[in-house]
Amino acid sequence: MQAIQVNGLVKRYKAITAVDGLYLEIHRGELFSLLGVNGAGKTTTIKMLSCLTKPTEGDAVVGGYSITREPEKVKRLIGVSPQETAVAPNLSVKENLELIGGIHGFSKEKTKAKIQELSAQLALDSVLQRKAAKLSGGWQRRVSIAMALIGEPQILFLDEPTLGLDVLARHELWETIRALSGKVTIILTTHYMEEAEALSDRIGIMKDGALLAVGTVEELKEKAGTSNFEAAFVSLVKEGVV
Amino acid sequence: MRMLTFAKRCAKEILRDPINLGFGLGFPLVLLLLLSTIQASIPVNLFEIDTLTPGMTVFGLSFMTLFSATLIAKDRESALLQRLYTTPLTGLDVILGYMLPLLPIALGQTVICYLFAIPLGLTLGVHVVYAVVGIIPMAVFHIALGLLCGSMLGVKQVGGICGALLTNLSAWLSGVWFDLKLVGGVFEKIANALPFLHAVEMEKALFRGDFGLAATHLLPIVLYSVLVTAAAVLCFLRQMKKQ
Repeated sequence: MQAIQVNGLVKRYKAITAVDGLYLEIHRGELFSLLGVNGAGKTTTIKMLSCLTKPTEGDAVVGGYSITREPEKVKRLIGVSPQETAVAPNLSVKENLELIGGIHGFSKEKTKAKIQELSAQLALDSVLQRKAAKLSGGWQRRVSIAMALIGEPQILFLDEPTLGLDVLARHELWETIRALSGKVTIILTTHYMEEAEALSDRIGIMKDGALLAVGTVEELKEKAGTSNFEAAFVSLVKEGVV
Repeated sequence: MRMLTFAKRCAKEILRDPINLGFGLGFPLVLLLLLSTIQASIPVNLFEIDTLTPGMTVFGLSFMTLFSATLIAKDRESALLQRLYTTPLTGLDVILGYMLPLLPIALGQTVICYLFAIPLGLTLGVHVVYAVVGIIPMAVFHIALGLLCGSMLGVKQVGGICGALLTNLSAWLSGVWFDLKLVGGVFEKIANALPFLHAVEMEKALFRGDFGLAATHLLPIVLYSVLVTAAAVLCFLRQMKKQ
């Protein structure tokens, strides 16, 4: 069963083509990474799939609904953790989660239950009453993911979730993301090779708005004829194999 | 319901910022005290407490522009707005969520100004209530102006334009500090063409119970409020599409 079916998505900003004819299928429950250097079109792809920006051409079906014709229905199925932490700084972690729960139309009881569940899942108990602005980058990212999850999404978009984090915070967040794997479909963008390799069921490599290759880590290494994933990535991107 | 959840968040965000409270409430009160003290030593008609207080309540509204513009600009820069656009919240929900909580804050600020002026010799009467209610159209203008600026400018630019430029302009062109007839010429014409002076004169008239005079000043204020609100909504929706 497909969670996402992308059919020829194109996004142009005047003379610049940010995404150029993207075709892709992402399976339900899969952790799919979009890997590419800066400016590859990963974030623009996520923005189109999460109905933040309209495609210039093409369409995608997310959770059974068209992103161009039924964006309101798509928005009820997805959770997004943007590249920036995107938290309300003067609100406590609990209040941030209550805010998103309320926006999704949850009752107070349901929001409370969801907060308890997420606190346990993401180990947020110790920071629940603290102001979001006072938290470290790693904790803010974790809160950001919790905010994306509180709406009970079927599909979760994580845009560069570990950008700017130190090694320890990054590994902690990887554990958090791994724990979610299988429960929701996760689409993650990253430009860290090791992150894509450590977390993904499948990886899509993007360059200049185009999808160069899709497959598991092993498939991509095999395709590039190398035993090292970083070398495989470099080889695929340099050769521009489609 | 969704909109109210977001509006509640915006109110908390503004009221929990000590700089907001310090400037928004403290600054007009300090000025009220300072100018009343000057008036006690060197009597100036303009600084009589019954004339000064209505003007100061209008000046205090310029901080509403700063509050709303700063909040929106911060939410844009932190990508919180981007997150909200991926939720079931509609564009109208977000706009109302930003604007509605500032209205009671503006009214609260006005009431505090009048309460603060009582021990300074303010003449109490039912007209104070009219003056408080009458400030709503100008409050809407300032809040919408904040929405407009916050949709177009970054946090630093908002600080400069809404924090410094607008507060000064609204002070100079409102006739609170000096009689604009003394300056005359183009300056007076510009002041007459903008809503600040009309708002101060309307508040003074309402405070005196002169509803006829107040009504003559209401039209330009309402006109500006409607125009700026329409521009703000269009601009906000445009930046939303740009996301």
